[in-house]
Amino acid sequence: MDKTINQKAWFLVLPVFLVVAFSAVIPLMTVVNYSMQDTFGNNQFFWNGVGWFKELLDPSTDLGGRFLASLGRNLFFSLVILAIEVPLGIVIALSMPREGWTVAACLVILALPLLIPWNVVGTIWQIFGRPDIGLLGYTLNSLGINYNYVSNEIDAWVTVIVMDVWHWTSLVALLCYAGLKSIPDAYYQAAQIDGASRWAVFTAIQLPKMNRVLLIAVLLRFMDSFMIYTEPFVVTGGGPGNSTTFVSIELVKIALGQFDLGKAAALSLVYNLIILIVCWVFYTVMTNAGVERKTQAEKEPAAELKPAGALQPAHALQPKEGVA
Amino acid sequence: MARIDLVDLAHSYGGNDAAQESFALKPVTMTWRQGGAYALLGPSGCGKTTLLNVISGIITPSRGKILFDGKDITPLSTQKRNIAQVFQFPVIYDTMTVGENLAFPLKNRGVPKADIDKRVTQIGRLLDLEPYLNRKATRLTADAKQKISLGRGLVRNDVAAVLFDEPLTVIDPELKWQLRSKLKALHRELDLTMIYVTHDQTEALTFADTVVVMHDGRVVQSGTPAELFDKPAHTFVGYFIGSPGMNILPAEVRGREARIDGHVIALNRSYDHLPAGAKIEIGVRPEFVDVVAPAPGLLTSKIDRIDDLGRIRFARVRVGDAKLAARAPGGFTSSDGSAGLKFDPSHVHVYADSLLVEGAV
Repeated sequence: MDKTINQKAWFLVLPVFLVVAFSAVIPLMTVVNYSMQDTFGNNQFFWNGVGWFKELLDPSTDLGGRFLASLGRNLFFSLVILAIEVPLGIVIALSMPREGWTVAACLVILALPLLIPWNVVGTIWQIFGRPDIGLLGYTLNSLGINYNYVSNEIDAWVTVIVMDVWHWTSLVALLCYAGLKSIPDAYYQAAQIDGASRWAVFTAIQLPKMNRVLLIAVLLRFMDSFMIYTEPFVVTGGGPGNSTTFVSIELVKIALGQFDLGKAAALSLVYNLIILIVCWVFYTVMTNAGVERKTQAEKEPAAELKPAGALQPAHALQPKEGVA
Repeated sequence: MARIDLVDLAHSYGGNDAAQESFALKPVTMTWRQGGAYALLGPSGCGKTTLLNVISGIITPSRGKILFDGKDITPLSTQKRNIAQVFQFPVIYDTMTVGENLAFPLKNRGVPKADIDKRVTQIGRLLDLEPYLNRKATRLTADAKQKISLGRGLVRNDVAAVLFDEPLTVIDPELKWQLRSKLKALHRELDLTMIYVTHDQTEALTFADTVVVMHDGRVVQSGTPAELFDKPAHTFVGYFIGSPGMNILPAEVRGREARIDGHVIALNRSYDHLPAGAKIEIGVRPEFVDVVAPAPGLLTSKIDRIDDLGRIRFARVRVGDAKLAARAPGGFTSSDGSAGLKFDPSHVHVYADSLLVEGAV
């Protein structure tokens, strides 16, 4: 077939091109531009090459020290909340009712924390934890526990982690619940007939059937917690000291606090790159898991399973994903 | 292994107080003998799966008792009942190998390792799964997966019965034949009671020694395939079994005669005591009605069409408003679209309110 050539069609692409340019390409290039320069204000810029990047990755410099420390805190934070939220979300999903009006009630209650804006979550916990007027802080202190997230690092960490667990476990639970709901009743009935214990049902049926949604949950929670800014900023402001200063808080401090555009630009590029790489790794792992399953099913000589000599229609050899 | 008795068993999803007519399974009393191959046959929604789930314990019946060898097991849970069940769709434990899948029911019951291995190998061999025992079960095709499900049902040798809930639905037609003959062979080899639920009459008639036909929550007839074909106890059985199904015609029956449209059809038996006020019908299979050239004394009909099934031809004809199927002998043609119907008196049955009436000889 002949291709119709119509150069006017470019005009149809132009709006998207402009939008992408102004919203993504130009800002990104500006940041790349800043990251190579130094400025002392007054719109005067000096060339610095890869200087900022070298400094950023060198722990002995001020910038590198701050960046690597906050990166470490951020990774630790992500690991801790994943270690709490994923098992907790599974447990909540498993203990949720399967039918009746209680399902709707549970879903609404679970969804509530997800509906609250980030900075409001921060404000809620900031006040909740205050030793003088906060319900939590006051109660703990009157019970004789010396709790003060403003002055004690561990208290600050506990507050930030508990807040994140409160805010986001629902998401994991809802995803797991969706995964559980998609398991046909026949699996549970078969397990009952096979005499499986509750634990065996969990490990042999529920967990394997949930692995897709769990991967998505881990990915979402990791990305989100790795980019966390608003909530800890509102509660602790990164303190006491720098103990709860995560990468994004550090970035805002450098960019808007010190107006060090070069350093901030370099940091944000590296930060962006880390997130991209993690995203890519997760994406590859997830799609590979699916592809692997499919190609294996195709490559396996499944036809051998049938008695030799039997006539097979071609479609009988295809794996049937839907019924699998 | 056991004899299974159902005593006045009934179930309603709406609870015991619901109206009798709304029961998914209306009261039934019957016995399944040890080692039998049974089929529960009926259209969708007739209560056959409910009956199966009541036997396996997934559903607790609203009324009645189930006895295994005379012992009441109605309150026992599925795990304690010694029942194996195979479902419509293959159920596979994804993380396990084929062998582990087969061993799962035994492992859960604490059977010694050596016995498990022996039994798994035996069942694996019977199902042609032996070379695949160490392979992950997720990678297989639907029919291989269903074989594993079947294997898990067959692997325990202490079960009272193995229940199959339309297990071949997802299998391609020609593999269906193979798996069905496999099941039949397994039944002979393992001496297990098997109960097979299906809505496919071919499947039921080829698999079972005894076919139990259900309709609207009731067991309407239970018998060998030949009995169901020759002497349907209910017009539904006549209509549901056989292709095309039995012809059912409203008629007036007196003595040894049935009267349709003023024409007299001879009967082999005498029916003198038909219930008064009941709806009287005669039923005759298409195989026992011939279309012939119209002649005096024969019921005349209009031919709609003739279906050629290869070995046999069936004419679709009409008598008044009633539609019938009848055998068209080779060489039969009709010039004006009308034909006479010749009935075989020994195969004409009389039904009162849909139930078979036995005539006097």
